[in-house]
Amino acid sequence: MADSTSAGTATYVYAVMRDLSTPRLGDIEGIDDQPVRIVDHAGLAALVSTVALDEFGEEALHRNLEDLGWLETTARAHHRVVEAAGSVAATAPLRLATVYHGDDRVRALLSEQQEAFTTALARVEGKTEWGVKVYADPEIFAEDPAPEPSASSASGPGAAYLQRRRSQRRSREDAGRAATARAEEIHAALSEQAAATRRHPPQDQRLTGHAGWMILNGAYLVDDEAAAEFRGRVAEFGEERGIDVDLTGPWVPYSFASPDQES
Amino acid sequence: MTDPGIARTGGRHPAGYGSRPAARNEPASLADILERVLDKGIVIAGDIRVNLLDIELLTIKLRLIVASVDKAREMGIDWWEHDPTLSSQDRDLAEENRRLRQRIGDMEAGRQESIDADGQSNSRGADRHGDVAEAPRSAGEE
Repeated sequence: MADSTSAGTATYVYAVMRDLSTPRLGDIEGIDDQPVRIVDHAGLAALVSTVALDEFGEEALHRNLEDLGWLETTARAHHRVVEAAGSVAATAPLRLATVYHGDDRVRALLSEQQEAFTTALARVEGKTEWGVKVYADPEIFAEDPAPEPSASSASGPGAAYLQRRRSQRRSREDAGRAATARAEEIHAALSEQAAATRRHPPQDQRLTGHAGWMILNGAYLVDDEAAAEFRGRVAEFGEERGIDVDLTGPWVPYSFASPDQES
Repeated sequence: MTDPGIARTGGRHPAGYGSRPAARNEPASLADILERVLDKGIVIAGDIRVNLLDIELLTIKLRLIVASVDKAREMGIDWWEHDPTLSSQDRDLAEENRRLRQRIGDMEAGRQESIDADGQSNSRGADRHGDVAEAPRSAGEE
């Protein structure tokens, strides 16, 4: 394929697939409504489009990444291309803003990283990523706390008050421990149905808009044929008293494309 | 083959390949998209150098922003209003809001002040609160 980049432009790479998959892609529009093209080499195909250097050159990119409006537009365009590819065949998505000085450089990338890409595609073949966030209701987990061993009988109202305060604090701590333990059980159960998992840090409670504790924030790589069963298991957990589950997906396996991201 | 409406979401269109799970028709949140395209995916150097540290910080900040800006302000969390890395347009609006809230606070407190035609308060109270461009609050406060 002729290198269609010229002075002032560069080649933006969205994802890598097997080149045998690409004839089924159809027309896809990428960043700035530019058509997505294929650069293929050694059995692999990179999905790319041409971008302007005054937008994606180093200095411009650094500036634009701090512009939330630009970032949203670009991220959504990147994501659209990745998902369009993923709906057709196994796709290894790249991080945002992977840019090369022309298609030949992308061809060289495919050659140098052929093994890594091939391994990544094999890892995600026929599988989908699901995001699972689990919240626990602190009040419900604070119920039925483990009975506290009775201390020596209170010798006055002051001591009784202190004893009650200590019991309340322990109850809160126990609630936290119980919620954490439940999170581990849920994660273990979901992991049994996943080929790979990844855990993310919980998001800030004050800003998720959710009153509960986020006790689990995980990504699960699940075989497509097991997806319905996995989703059913997630829904079951959501029915539990005191547990709230937020499922997102299906995603092209962003979290599992790199070897070091597999747990 | 692909429906543009579905291509827009975190869901996928079943194109008869293998046994793809059915697409979920709920749009993916911006926070979830940004978390993945900024923080996940294969990381390759590329020819254009990108400062990954900046991206990481941005990811963390964006996770906070897109969740609920109003809720954050209620809690007194408004670091982005003083963050020099955010776009100046956002900052100007946020700064104007802050100035207006300050004025309302001053008026409710019953202070004596004269207010210029262009809205600049020239009371000592306003100056003390750093309500001028020359005395910004330090970025990084959270």
